[in-house]
Amino acid sequence: MGILEVQNVNKSFGGLKALTNVNLNVEEGMIHAIIGPNGAGKSTLLNCFVGRLIPDTGAVTFDGQSLLGKKPHEINQTGVSRVFQTPEIFSDLTVLENVMIPCFAKRDGSYSLNAIKAVGNEKDILEKAEQMLVDVNMADKRDMVASSMSRGDKRRLEMAMCLSQDPKLLLLDEPTAGMARADTNNTIDLLAEIQEKRHITMVVIEHDMHVVFSLAQKISVLAQGTVIVEDLPEKIKGHPKVQEAYLGGAH
Amino acid sequence: MFGLRKSDSVLLLIVIALTVFAPFILNPFPENSVMAQFNAGYPDLMQRLVIFGIFAIGFNILFGLTGYLSFGHAAFLGVGSYAGVWMIKLLTLNVIPAIVVSVIVAGAFSLLVGWISLRRSGIYFSILTLAFAQMSYALAYSVLTPITGGETGLQPKVADPRILDAALEEGVTPRANLFGMFMNDSYEMVVGGWIFTFNVGYYIAAICMVFAFYLSIRIFRSPFGLMLRAVKSNQQRLNYTGIESKPYTLAAFVISGMYAGLAGGLLVAMDTQAGAERMFWTASGEVVLMTILGGAGTLIGPVLGAGFIKYFENIVSKINANILETWFSFMPDGISDLFVGLIYPFIGKGWHLTLGILFMLVVIFLPGGLVQGGQKIAGMFKNKKDGSDSATSSASAAPAE
Repeated sequence: MGILEVQNVNKSFGGLKALTNVNLNVEEGMIHAIIGPNGAGKSTLLNCFVGRLIPDTGAVTFDGQSLLGKKPHEINQTGVSRVFQTPEIFSDLTVLENVMIPCFAKRDGSYSLNAIKAVGNEKDILEKAEQMLVDVNMADKRDMVASSMSRGDKRRLEMAMCLSQDPKLLLLDEPTAGMARADTNNTIDLLAEIQEKRHITMVVIEHDMHVVFSLAQKISVLAQGTVIVEDLPEKIKGHPKVQEAYLGGAH
Repeated sequence: MFGLRKSDSVLLLIVIALTVFAPFILNPFPENSVMAQFNAGYPDLMQRLVIFGIFAIGFNILFGLTGYLSFGHAAFLGVGSYAGVWMIKLLTLNVIPAIVVSVIVAGAFSLLVGWISLRRSGIYFSILTLAFAQMSYALAYSVLTPITGGETGLQPKVADPRILDAALEEGVTPRANLFGMFMNDSYEMVVGGWIFTFNVGYYIAAICMVFAFYLSIRIFRSPFGLMLRAVKSNQQRLNYTGIESKPYTLAAFVISGMYAGLAGGLLVAMDTQAGAERMFWTASGEVVLMTILGGAGTLIGPVLGAGFIKYFENIVSKINANILETWFSFMPDGISDLFVGLIYPFIGKGWHLTLGILFMLVVIFLPGGLVQGGQKIAGMFKNKKDGSDSATSSASAAPAE
């Protein structure tokens, strides 16, 4: 039994079939990569996990609960956090404030409407957020406005925001896209370290094979809306079906 | 001080000083001088300055923090006003029940309007709030006439029950008071050619405004305020962080509705009447202008914007053709007529033209409002100083925000 189970998920947009009978089984504590050519349906699949899209048919179960029909915030409360392809951060706020907000978010969905206490007096939240920034090597950018940072830093900030919620499952949509080589390697190290220390299950969508083969413990290959292979990394590399999907084998 | 950080305490003290000494600050010219018409230190205008300041401070909590542009906030001011007048008619001429009930009723009404309007965002939200305000306006004018007084408006009468008050003597007009201090009582101080007026009603409204301003600072700096800014910045991310934004935006909506109710209650306390025109869409638009003109999302901006608009509305609309002619009378006849003709469209009833031009200039050249203008001027002074002793000042000039 995996922590995230996807069974026979179908999704079409008008006449276009984006996902066809997708099955996926993500085991707890693993880094599971989803690869595939452009337009294979990787992001669509991820959107079905977080409530942005609702599958036409099929089941998505996380930790024993169905995620279908849940709203994005309810899904997050079950322990699923997502890093987006284009960083979704609070661009007008400072880096520290960006990380403080997920620290305020309660798992049970209770609301803190405290309008009188000053943010600066929330000692535990402040400490937690600052520690998180140290963990991702961003302590020096603490008071910068988020929108003024580089793309790589924004993505790192988004990762810090997700991690500060102690998620059980972290979904990463191309976490190194647009990053310089050095930043990419830093991100690989960071993710490996997180997985080692916190045993967070991760699902990574990635184009960069260097990243995929450095991190993934299991790989699913998606092509034309369906999973063609699911296997260990070393077996994926030479798999004929995979090569066909990527190189456009003869039909 | 009062749990505020240092820069905010300074701001609060400045606002307190400005409101306390407003009768002096707004009356800089001697009574009989030519410039006396630019004086604003008379009770009616001073009351309006602080009351609309409260209205704008409250509006800024919604618009400035969450980015939700309500185009119907005058409805809450109007509903608060009606509730206030009814308290004066039914209970007592003491203004406290009127003000308190105005806030509560406006809060309840904004809960209803907000709960429905906040199902949408952006332009649809604005249109929904506008629709509610226009409905309220139309209802107040027509079917709700028994409650609102319709076209004649609502005002206390000698025959009202006022169950908490002793009966008024024959022929005495009912006047609002606070434990015997009448709202329109004033003390006049004559110093040389100057007359400074200290009005009871003004100071009561000013105390309310200082408190309202203090509360808005606390809200801005609180975790709740942080969440509201997060709503404005990226609602999507907030949802994917496990936070539903609606309770926060609704709370902000109700708080700003209650601020509008407080403003409505104070208006009633000052002039003991309410009319449907207070809810007309231009009144809702005015508070939007005030907030943007002053600087949306800043603490002091809405107060400045409200003061700016109310001051110029009163002063510019008072100038008439005769006054213009005396200004230009030193010129030869033809030229003075030309100048009078050129300026005439901008004064008196043409004051909205002046406001429109000022608003355009501010939005184009100072998108951050008057506050940004102030910061630019302060920045220019700082640069000059830096030129002389750059080493010391740059080290000490840590950004206070």
